[in-house]
Amino acid sequence: MELRKNYFADVRKDGLHEIGQPRPRLDSPGHVTGKTAYFADRNFPGMLHLKMVRSPHHHARIRSIDTSEAEKHPGVARVLTAKDVPHNVYTILILIQIGPEDETVLADGKVRWKGEAVVAVLAETERAAQEAAAKVKVDYEVLPAVFDMEEALKPGAPLVNEHHGQNYYLYDSGECRKVRFGDVEAGFAMADHILEQSYQSSPIEHAPTETTGCVVAPEGNDRFTCYTNTQAMFFTLDNTSIILQMPGSKLHFVGGTVGGGFGGKVDVIVEPIAILAAKLTGRPVSFIYSREEEMQVSSPRAAEKVVIKDGVMKDGRIVARKVTGYTDAGAYSRHSPYGAQKGAAHYPGPYTIPNVWIDTYCVYTNRTPSSAMRGFGVTIGDFALEVQMDKLARLIGMDPLEFRFINAYRDGDMKAHRQPTEGAALIECMQEASRAANWPVAEKYMAMSSYRKGA
Amino acid sequence: MAKVPVQFTLNGSEKAEFVESGTTLLHALRDKIGDTSPKGGCHQGTCGACSVIIDGELRLSCLTLAETCNGTDIKTTAGLAEGGVLHPLQRAFLDAFATQCGFCTPGMIMAAKVLLDRTPNPSREEVIEALSGNICRCTGYEPIIQAVLTAARANSQNAA
Ligand code: FES
Ligand code: FES
Repeated sequence: MELRKNYFADVRKDGLHEIGQPRPRLDSPGHVTGKTAYFADRNFPGMLHLKMVRSPHHHARIRSIDTSEAEKHPGVARVLTAKDVPHNVYTILILIQIGPEDETVLADGKVRWKGEAVVAVLAETERAAQEAAAKVKVDYEVLPAVFDMEEALKPGAPLVNEHHGQNYYLYDSGECRKVRFGDVEAGFAMADHILEQSYQSSPIEHAPTETTGCVVAPEGNDRFTCYTNTQAMFFTLDNTSIILQMPGSKLHFVGGTVGGGFGGKVDVIVEPIAILAAKLTGRPVSFIYSREEEMQVSSPRAAEKVVIKDGVMKDGRIVARKVTGYTDAGAYSRHSPYGAQKGAAHYPGPYTIPNVWIDTYCVYTNRTPSSAMRGFGVTIGDFALEVQMDKLARLIGMDPLEFRFINAYRDGDMKAHRQPTEGAALIECMQEASRAANWPVAEKYMAMSSYRKGA
Repeated sequence: MAKVPVQFTLNGSEKAEFVESGTTLLHALRDKIGDTSPKGGCHQGTCGACSVIIDGELRLSCLTLAETCNGTDIKTTAGLAEGGVLHPLQRAFLDAFATQCGFCTPGMIMAAKVLLDRTPNPSREEVIEALSGNICRCTGYEPIIQAVLTAARANSQNAA
């Protein structure tokens, strides 16, 4: 591998010169020889296979569940419903005091999105589990559903999740996360031009090559070993402990080897139910998402809507920026309240703007619950911000890169969140980009620095 | 359900198993015989992670019934290194950082091996064509293509 520059290596005075140097990965020899052990490579005698019966409706009341035919199916060991789960209503971020608990391990009385887990079937073979799952009868009363965030926020919209009581996450700051800096209306009043645009994204599936899953083996000493591809080992362990009302000392998690995650494997979904199944049957249990489940049921990146209103001067200075961000959590919180909050912390982007107003909402709809994915909360925002920057530059007839130099944050600038900027490197990155992309800018921009004397 | 006997050579050694009729070769290899180097990414013939070589042909083991493999010669990535020495493809995947999570890697290496066995000096286009049935979600395909081209060069230098 060739690196353009040995960043850092030449400036250190100690023996730690790893950064900036190519180093072989420790796990690669296992990968190229096929020896790396992923969770599904564990196989135990007598292992049962878990298949989930899922909601075919976006929003429905469950009138009744009849598992009698499924239980009689040859090879079926056990069928689990909500009443089998010790603490059925949970939320992942409760561990950092972000509640309320709003999601069920197995649906209890109601389903809120198409694909929601309702009944778990355990059988000797995957095939038997699949066939038996098809024999579970659930009687639904279909309810009106809402799929659009702005519709969901209107008065009279169907209520998605009773645990919240309204279709948005209630922060301690109210119905949204807010940032107020300067006087945004005064900024708009003095601006030469105003540009308001809205940007929208669809949910994005991580599509890892290895699907989500785990294999659980009951140990002789009343402990359970769970081989999992979770990206959030301790979150999963602690949440499982809450859901199963079982001390963490009884749970042994083995993981760290993940066949692609990208944030899609941080939810606590497969482990609690698989461990419960192993406990109730006394047998090893394997719960592996099919490719279809991975694509349709696992949490995607949230759909977002971002509305940006900017006031800009002819000389290139942005004098006011107002951002309203909406994050579609789907039916349950998972990591989305945190994602929406990150958005508030990320706007107005790496630019110094004297008047800023930000509102970000985490909205509930009857869509697949969304969660973490690579920079969630900020990636779509960055897309919106940078497209907006290009549009603003075009509006005032300025080169888009020079326009960014004019507005770039530099050390000492006060950010909208009232933190002084420190260690900025945007100017230097853009100078490097200008050279690399052969996109020349005026000499005065190439002479700029993020570092200001006295800052 | 009735079991059927299957017998084949796996990476040079004889294997015999009883499997349920309809069992895939992927299932038989992984869960019966214990060679977990072929991976199940989709079980529907779309990802290539389960690729193995049967009588010199690249095959998706998730779409191949075990009972149709009687008397065949099967090779998987687990059997590629000889006496602890990595195959040039394995070496090249390591050196080129052509493996990240590694889940696609055994399948990729199988596809590349069939290519190099037939076309020792492939063009870039031929490499791309040969890997077109294998999905990698992590690495990006460029390092993988480079690894295969590097392995081909290493092979031809050894032969010269
Ligand atoms: S598992 Fe065979 S092609 Fe995906
Ligand atoms: S390295 Fe992860 S899928 Fe290829």
